[in-house]
Amino acid sequence: MSDQLMVQVIDAHKRFGRVEVLRGVTMDVARGEVVVLLGPSGSGKTTLLRCINHLEPLDAGRIYVDGQLVGYREKDGRLVEDREAEIARKRAAIGMVFQRFNLFPHLTALGNVIEAPLRVKKLPRRQAEDMGRALLEQVGLSHKVDVYPSKLSGGQQQRVAIARALAMNPKLMLFDEPTSALDPELVGEVLDAMKALAQEGMTMIVVTHEIGFAREVAQRAVFMDEGLIVEEGPPRELFASPQQARTKAFLGRIL
Amino acid sequence: MPALAIALAVRFDFGTVADFLFDPIILRALWQTMLIASVAMVLGIVLGLVLGVMRVSRNFLASTTSGLYVWFWRATPVVLQLLLMYFGLRQLIEDDTFREYWTRKNVAILTFGLNEAAYMAEIVRAGIRSVEAGQMDAARSLGMTNLQALRRIILPQALRVIVPPTGNEFIAMLKNTSVAFAIGVVELLNAAKIQSARNFKVMELYSVAAFWYLVIVTGFSFVQAEIERALTAGERERPETLLSRVLAIVGGGRGV
Repeated sequence: MSDQLMVQVIDAHKRFGRVEVLRGVTMDVARGEVVVLLGPSGSGKTTLLRCINHLEPLDAGRIYVDGQLVGYREKDGRLVEDREAEIARKRAAIGMVFQRFNLFPHLTALGNVIEAPLRVKKLPRRQAEDMGRALLEQVGLSHKVDVYPSKLSGGQQQRVAIARALAMNPKLMLFDEPTSALDPELVGEVLDAMKALAQEGMTMIVVTHEIGFAREVAQRAVFMDEGLIVEEGPPRELFASPQQARTKAFLGRIL
Repeated sequence: MPALAIALAVRFDFGTVADFLFDPIILRALWQTMLIASVAMVLGIVLGLVLGVMRVSRNFLASTTSGLYVWFWRATPVVLQLLLMYFGLRQLIEDDTFREYWTRKNVAILTFGLNEAAYMAEIVRAGIRSVEAGQMDAARSLGMTNLQALRRIILPQALRVIVPPTGNEFIAMLKNTSVAFAIGVVELLNAAKIQSARNFKVMELYSVAAFWYLVIVTGFSFVQAEIERALTAGERERPETLLSRVLAIVGGGRGV
């Protein structure tokens, strides 16, 4: 295992009932790299993300984050699911941003951001609040600190969600179609926040159809279809001259 | 109709009503009703929360145990449960210490509480199910354990769905405590019944009981409205005032 790698996915398999969603995915992500995952719906992108932080258990294969298995320990060459507290501890270092934001509606913007630092990291409230305010300022929401999610626009909610994930000081960020539930005029503000994060050197895996963002920010684009990686490469090259017919067909539809 | 009204006015003995409205026996019985219902409700809520969480758990043993519990307590009449718990167990267990604590009142509280827990479990389950799955995903992705996520994220949201029917459960409980007559507990309705058998003022004594039921249920309805209002803090405009609640009750609406 190389120290350079933040994520190493080896032959990941996952099925839901009869549907095989991941059929042997192998992929590396280097430290500080931004990788964009593309593909038609049902191609397994979201499931792959959810397996990386063990929101979904794997059926076969291995996923290492920062050199460690997430959700499992290895025993006599076989994987055994870890204790819940241990899984939670490893998950805390992997931030995730969801398509539907999933903000906690009973907490204010600041409450959302500091909940996990308070309960999981056991930070003193004062310290958590200072950090929370700084993070909300970072995503341009210092004026919305005490506002409840239902009073925020979709773009604002998603930026709170980003701040909430960052509050756990993650070494890896997973974005699951972070802009596809947004009105078109609100997409830009969320992408800007993500771009700023990438420029700070955060390792990011982003499921998105935002080709502009991929071109500008990502070092690599990975195209998935039917549970497999079909093709990957630097975004500009992949978008300009895709080699595989399926990639061409897909890009033809979204470009 | 006028004839009936006149007959009522002639025969109905307001004096007896006035005599018994604050009679110590009636007041004591009223206190018994409120005590049994309140303690049983607290027991029902606490146990119901545990059972409801077990019910939605992915642990097969936990969900099955909870399912069986709910099945038993909902599928048998509460009168039968009282009889089993009091006369049944006192027949089987002859120990003096046991019998000292296994009193009519204690058994009534325990039985109503255990029975209520089954209904509360279903209410809690529905409440938890009403919270979007994404909430659990978000909580877990932040490193919370299932228990932390449940306590801090899921239950506070589920409470919104849990509280209104819980209020109704308590109102039903206040009235259903009269069933405890089966094991000889003297609560409000039964005190009125016993008294009316002595002086034959049936209409008057049952009216006294009806009056007190109306008073306590109405009083609790106000408490319930305030609890529900407090729960919506922040996110929505507070929809109700005490006044709108009064109008709702008088107008016959549930005002939830």
